[in-house]
Amino acid sequence: MIKGLALLSFSFLLGMWTGDLLGGLLGIDANVGGVGFAMIFLILIKEGFVKKGWWKDELEFGIEFWNKLYIPVVIAMAASLNVKSALSSGILAILAGTIPVFLAFWVFKILVNSFKTT
Amino acid sequence: MEELIKLIDKNGLIVAFLLVGLLTWVTDVFSKKVLASRIPGSAIAIFLALVFGYLGGVLADGEKGLADLKLFNGLSLLGGSMFRDFAIVATAAGASFLLIRKSGMIGMISLILGISVFFLGGVVLAWLMGYRDAVSLCTIGAGACTYIVGPVTGGAIGASSEVIALSIGTGVVKTIAVTIFTPILAKKIGLDSPGAAMAFGGIMGTSSGVAAGLAATDPKLVPYGAVTATFYTGLGCLVCPSLFYLILNWLIG
Repeated sequence: MIKGLALLSFSFLLGMWTGDLLGGLLGIDANVGGVGFAMIFLILIKEGFVKKGWWKDELEFGIEFWNKLYIPVVIAMAASLNVKSALSSGILAILAGTIPVFLAFWVFKILVNSFKTT
Repeated sequence: MEELIKLIDKNGLIVAFLLVGLLTWVTDVFSKKVLASRIPGSAIAIFLALVFGYLGGVLADGEKGLADLKLFNGLSLLGGSMFRDFAIVATAAGASFLLIRKSGMIGMISLILGISVFFLGGVVLAWLMGYRDAVSLCTIGAGACTYIVGPVTGGAIGASSEVIALSIGTGVVKTIAVTIFTPILAKKIGLDSPGAAMAFGGIMGTSSGVAAGLAATDPKLVPYGAVTATFYTGLGCLVCPSLFYLILNWLIG
């Protein structure tokens, strides 16, 4: 379990470091895509381990636990946000949450039809 | 009583586990029994958490929502950026390059199209509502992608807590909208095969919304939609605070 967790931590730190370095390169004082890079590293490490036959269910468990924890973490985050001030522009959340969805349904229809005809 | 308050104060993180667990329990039961799983329990829980965050803000008059109340301050640790980013990275373990290769071109195209459509839609609407700075526009556009891409992007480029909360609210509304409208519109848009479900997952992105929406449409399609949807948040976290932010910054500044 702890070995899987260590792999996850390694990917996380490596990804965050890459994000910081990229941020520095781009001249932004921020972490650029660190989470995304960490995910890519984790996928690559997992692929490598699976190929070598090193990947065990026990490793997976340490990562799976955190995978399952992400919704609870988001719930805790939502509860500790400054919702009061956000609500002053609450209509925007509803508009920006629904209008693009209908746009995306339309884009989906076009995409699927174009793949069916070709 | 005084002992209990001291205990809660000392073990904030543990209390946060208990609170979030209880909330998830109640909303899961409510989702299954009352709503027949039409809205996923997690979406209700997140929505209620935002409501509690609002109440906390009113009661304590602070900037950290419910976590401003002493009894609940562990929530800001559990919901802080370290745990949040760490848990998101862990979700990548469920995906593999082999699978995305199998879902092939249509999966890739749908991911890129999906993130662009939602980001652009969010940015345009935020612009119409009076936001003019690149950081807020980018964060709200990212929130229109998913309620995770929003705060990750906002955190990376330094958005205010209000804008981050707004981006999460936007993402939650999206999850609910996808869940409700997928079974209603499925036939009209040709969502009836595994290939179409993969494209759908890539365009809509919100994992819980896609999974719940497809489950209500045809349970056999769920894994296909989930395969591409898994990549959406990661890809969004990669391009929103970097490429999209730079483009926005260039357009505005």
